[in-house]
Amino acid sequence: MSDNIRTVEHATCTFCGCVCDDMDLTVDMDAKRITKAKNACTLGRAWFAEHTIEDRPFALIDGKAATTEEAVEAAAQILVAARLPIIYGLSDTTCEAQRQAVAICDLMHGNIDTTTSVCHGPSGIAFQGVGESTATLGEIKNRADLVIYWGGNPAESHPRHFTRYAVTPKGRYVPNGRKDRYVVLVDVRRTPSAPVADLFIQIKPGHDFELLWALRAFVKGRKVDPNLAERTGVSLATMEDLVKRMKSCRYGVLFFGMGLTMTRGRHFNSGAVLALATDLNEFTHFVAKPVRGHGNVTGADNVVSWQTGYPFGVNFSRGYPRFNPGEYTTVDLLARGEADAAMIIASDPASNFPRPAIEHMKRIPVIALDTKPTDTTQLAKVAFTTSTYGINTSGTVYRMDDVPITLRPAFESPYPSDEEVLIAIKNRVRELLTKKRTRFPNLKVA
Amino acid sequence: MAEMMILVPGRTNKQGTSLNAGKLKKEYRDVTSTVEMNTDDMARLGIKEGDAVRLATVIGETVVRCKGRKPTDLPAGMLFIPYGPPSSQLMDGDTAASGMPLSKNFEVSVELVEGPVP
Repeated sequence: MSDNIRTVEHATCTFCGCVCDDMDLTVDMDAKRITKAKNACTLGRAWFAEHTIEDRPFALIDGKAATTEEAVEAAAQILVAARLPIIYGLSDTTCEAQRQAVAICDLMHGNIDTTTSVCHGPSGIAFQGVGESTATLGEIKNRADLVIYWGGNPAESHPRHFTRYAVTPKGRYVPNGRKDRYVVLVDVRRTPSAPVADLFIQIKPGHDFELLWALRAFVKGRKVDPNLAERTGVSLATMEDLVKRMKSCRYGVLFFGMGLTMTRGRHFNSGAVLALATDLNEFTHFVAKPVRGHGNVTGADNVVSWQTGYPFGVNFSRGYPRFNPGEYTTVDLLARGEADAAMIIASDPASNFPRPAIEHMKRIPVIALDTKPTDTTQLAKVAFTTSTYGINTSGTVYRMDDVPITLRPAFESPYPSDEEVLIAIKNRVRELLTKKRTRFPNLKVA
Repeated sequence: MAEMMILVPGRTNKQGTSLNAGKLKKEYRDVTSTVEMNTDDMARLGIKEGDAVRLATVIGETVVRCKGRKPTDLPAGMLFIPYGPPSSQLMDGDTAASGMPLSKNFEVSVELVEGPVP
C-alpha cells in the first residue's frame, strides 16, 4: 500500500438496492484501489475491492480497440439507421445517466425499458392495479414489530437488510431491536435467511397466490377451503396463527421478492401481497415493500416515470410515450425478433435473458456500456468501457424505498461516465436525425 | 434416464461476490454452473457429488455440476441454481404479456451424463 491514502466517510455502496450510505472507505490513491470498506457486507466488500482501474481499451468496435469518440459515432449511426432501436438496462448507473438515455429514446422514437421488467416489473403492474401501502426503511426500522419476508433470501442477496433496516436495529418504538420483532420467512426452500426467522413457512412452489388469498380470507373472517393446506403445503393452523400475528401487531411490514414476481402468477402474486397489506390496515398499520435488486433500479423506475409517465417498457415509436408490458418490454421485443438495434446500459442481458432473446441479440447490432467485460459486451458491435458509479463518479441513486442518495466517489477513473457517453451519443443522434428528417437537407435558403 | 424436476434459479452470496470480480472469469462461471439437488434424489438417481448432469427444457439444455443439499433445506424434486448463462439457456422467451419470463419454478428434465462439466 502506498502512503497516498485517502479516506471517504459516509460513502455509498451501490451494489444492491439497500444502497447503504454509511461506508467508510480507505483508498490507495496511487494504486487507485479501495483497500478497506468499513461497514460493508460481503457483497459490498467485493464491490469496492474489485472495481479498480483495469487496463482496457476505451471502446471496442467489432472487437477492435477504438477511442470513445469513434465509438460514439458508430453508436449514433447504428441507432439512427434502426427502425426500432431499443434501450435497456439502466439499473446500475446514476439517475443523471438514466435521464440522458430517456432523452435519446425520445429523440429517435425508440423503445426504453429497464431491468425492472425482469425484476419487480410485475409489482409495478400490480401497483397500478391495487395501489401500495408503503413506507421508508427508516420508518420500518423505527416502528415495525412484525417483519415478513416472502419469496426472497436477503441473507444472500441483501445481507444488511436484516442488520441495518428491518430485523436487528434498535428503533424508536422497538428499543430492544431484534427482541421486539417477530420475523417470518415464507419460501419454497430453506435458505440461509431461515435461521433469522422466528417462523419459517415452507410453501409448495407455485402456490403463493393461493396462500396469500387464503390469508386475505382469514383476515376478513371468511371460511377457507381445507384442501388449501394440502395444495400450499401450509396448515390452516399456521395460516390462522400468522393472520392473528398480522392483525395484532402494532406495525407490520411484508417484504416481497422475486420468488413472487418471477413465478407463475407474476403480477397477480404481487397484487395479492399489496391487497393483503391494504386489508390489514383495517386492523393495524401494515405496509408492503418490494425488495429491489440492483443499486439504482429504483432510480430507473423514478426517472423513466417522471420523464415519460410510465415506469418501464415505454415505446416512443409514435413520437409520444406508450406503456404496455408484454409488448414494449425488452424480452418480448427481442424474443419476437422486433428490435433491430439495441443499446444496453450497465446491464448484462446476454447472460441472464431467456435463450430466444439472447439469440436475437446476436443477430442485431448491439451497443454496450459497462465497467467490465460481460457476455453482452462480448457480442456487442460497439462496447464502451465506462467508470463505476459511486466509486469513480458522483450522481444520484434511489434506495429501494425511493429515498434519493447522493454518491461520494472514492477516486477518479480515466474512463468516461455513462452520463458523459450518453450525452455525446445524444448530441450526435440529434445531429444525424436533423439531417435525416429534413426533406431537402442540402437546400440553401436565401 | 431423465426425470422431471422443478428448477429454482436465484441469487447466492458467492454469485454476488464473484460477479464483481468479473462475469467472464472462472469463479463466476463455476458458481453459475453448479446445480443443487436434494441428496435423497441424488442417491435415487445414482448421482454423486460433482457429477455432470444435463438440464433440459423445450427451449434448450445445459450441462452443469451437481452438488448435494440436505433434504431439510431443499425439498425432493426441486433444484436450485445461481442465475447465470446456464440457467438462461433453459428459459422461455414468452412472458405471458407481462414482460417477465418465467424465471423460477419451471420444469426441467434432469439426467446424469458421462464426463466432466464443459
